[in-house]
Amino acid sequence: MSGSESIVVDHATKTFTLRYHRTFKQMTVAALKRQDISDTFKAVDDVSFTIEQGESVGLMGLNGSGKSTLLKLINGVMRPEGGAVQTRGRIAGLIATGAGFHPQLTGRDNIFLNAAVLGMTEAETRRKFDDIAEFAELGKFLDSPVGHYSSGMSSRLGFSVAIHVDSDIFLADEVLAVGDKPFKTKCLEKMQEIRQSGRTLVYVSHAAGSVRKMCDRVIVLEKGKLGFDGGVAAGIKYVKYDTGNETQEELEQEDDELGADI
Amino acid sequence: MTDVTEPARAAAPREIRHVDAPLRSPAAGTGLLEVFRRRYLLKLLVHREISARYQGSVLGLLWSYINPLSQFFIYYVVMGVLFNLHEDVENFAIHMFCGIIIVHFFNETFNAGTRSIVRNKALVQKMAMPREMFPVASMLVSGYHVVPQVVIMVIACVLLGWTPTLVGMAALVTALIIIMVSGTAMALLFSAANVFFRDVSNVGQIMTNFVRFGVPMIYPYTMVQDRFGDFAQYYLLNPVADAVLLFQQAFWVGTTDDPAVTAAKHLPANLWAFSGLAVLMSVILLGIGQLVFSRLENKIPERL
Repeated sequence: MSGSESIVVDHATKTFTLRYHRTFKQMTVAALKRQDISDTFKAVDDVSFTIEQGESVGLMGLNGSGKSTLLKLINGVMRPEGGAVQTRGRIAGLIATGAGFHPQLTGRDNIFLNAAVLGMTEAETRRKFDDIAEFAELGKFLDSPVGHYSSGMSSRLGFSVAIHVDSDIFLADEVLAVGDKPFKTKCLEKMQEIRQSGRTLVYVSHAAGSVRKMCDRVIVLEKGKLGFDGGVAAGIKYVKYDTGNETQEELEQEDDELGADI
Repeated sequence: MTDVTEPARAAAPREIRHVDAPLRSPAAGTGLLEVFRRRYLLKLLVHREISARYQGSVLGLLWSYINPLSQFFIYYVVMGVLFNLHEDVENFAIHMFCGIIIVHFFNETFNAGTRSIVRNKALVQKMAMPREMFPVASMLVSGYHVVPQVVIMVIACVLLGWTPTLVGMAALVTALIIIMVSGTAMALLFSAANVFFRDVSNVGQIMTNFVRFGVPMIYPYTMVQDRFGDFAQYYLLNPVADAVLLFQQAFWVGTTDDPAVTAAKHLPANLWAFSGLAVLMSVILLGIGQLVFSRLENKIPERL
């Protein structure tokens, strides 16, 4: 029997290079004027935490605080320059509202492609295909190119594929930002199901209400650094630190306005 | 964690799914070997590329024949008729077609491979997968288009009285291996570089012109030997030139009146030695390509 950790993030740092000038001419001029040609910033800065198997964690923070970058480190799209990220088992999920779809391919082909990238075999995909198509509710659009889909449709499809993968870790990044209310309800139910089945869940959301329903722990990122790691109620309070005088009722109300609390 | 605001949740303790897999880096599986381990995904990508390359065009797949055929006729008229190579080189059309197939295969692999990562942005930025997948898929798609061209070649050769020989088949296979390996190597190198500077795809265009004229396609190898003498061996250090000569060994030589004389006159005496060297160089180039790719790979998703 192996250990019980599911995701171990150990002093992970990810630096992005900002380039101000791209052409040779611009770079020469900048060099002559002694301006910086490029600059770096740390999107994820020395973040450490451990998520145990079966835990369900809400990842919160303001826009640009490094949530999506952290998820990309966890799902392996990016690698940290410093520190290490380790995971156990198969990972599925969505990063920044939508999976990697090929706009020229039909929804059907994209299901197969996406499932294959997530590590599903052909037989497995065929077995689950009807469920995936049904959950995504694309109807006759299943056979038209994904490039023509509305943002809601493509994120429905992405969510549907990801949720049907037999994964050990599920990452959900703002999945509910684009869907309509009935679909959000369905997604939350499905994610609750994942959580009940004991899989590890990392859920990125700005909506305190759904985090409260979904998670048993909250991690807050602030400008790439770990700001808070602990209980849900305290975490939600922490993330609203800039308007700290709000009451609980006001928070609930705000959530409803966001349309994310169901 | 007790949460006073939600007493309902604490009611049902959840089971925990224990995973027996080891704790490892989620980005671990990269490299060419991983590409071939995930053949199913590679197959899907190749299928997709084939259907996407000609999407929205009426003639579709036919374009991959029209392009080499138009080149064929241009060179045929200019070199064959105007420069009178028909007289000097027996079955000049076959001689040239050998070159066109190889050069087209290499250039397609190289050009499509160079653009492959930028073109597949959507997947590269969101999904964890070995990114060598894309250049390799480009090579396989280009290889897929070689098959019907070879079929046309075989038909033409048979009509001219050609019979397959063991040496010829060995030459055919070696030529294809050289192009597959060196093409993938170049595609790997340039696809990663293209993410950082889009200038790279323009450099690629220039290189394809060099390739076109740097192989014995529109002129016979004898001419190189006549003009350059001993320096002709440096010409043979070009793996693509060796592959073209091997293709000519496989097809063209057999269509001439006296294959033995043709081979002795128009092919270099140490073709096989140079071919062995070409295979070796291609493999080394592939190693370098993989090394550079791995170094650059970390920065690819953010720079796209």
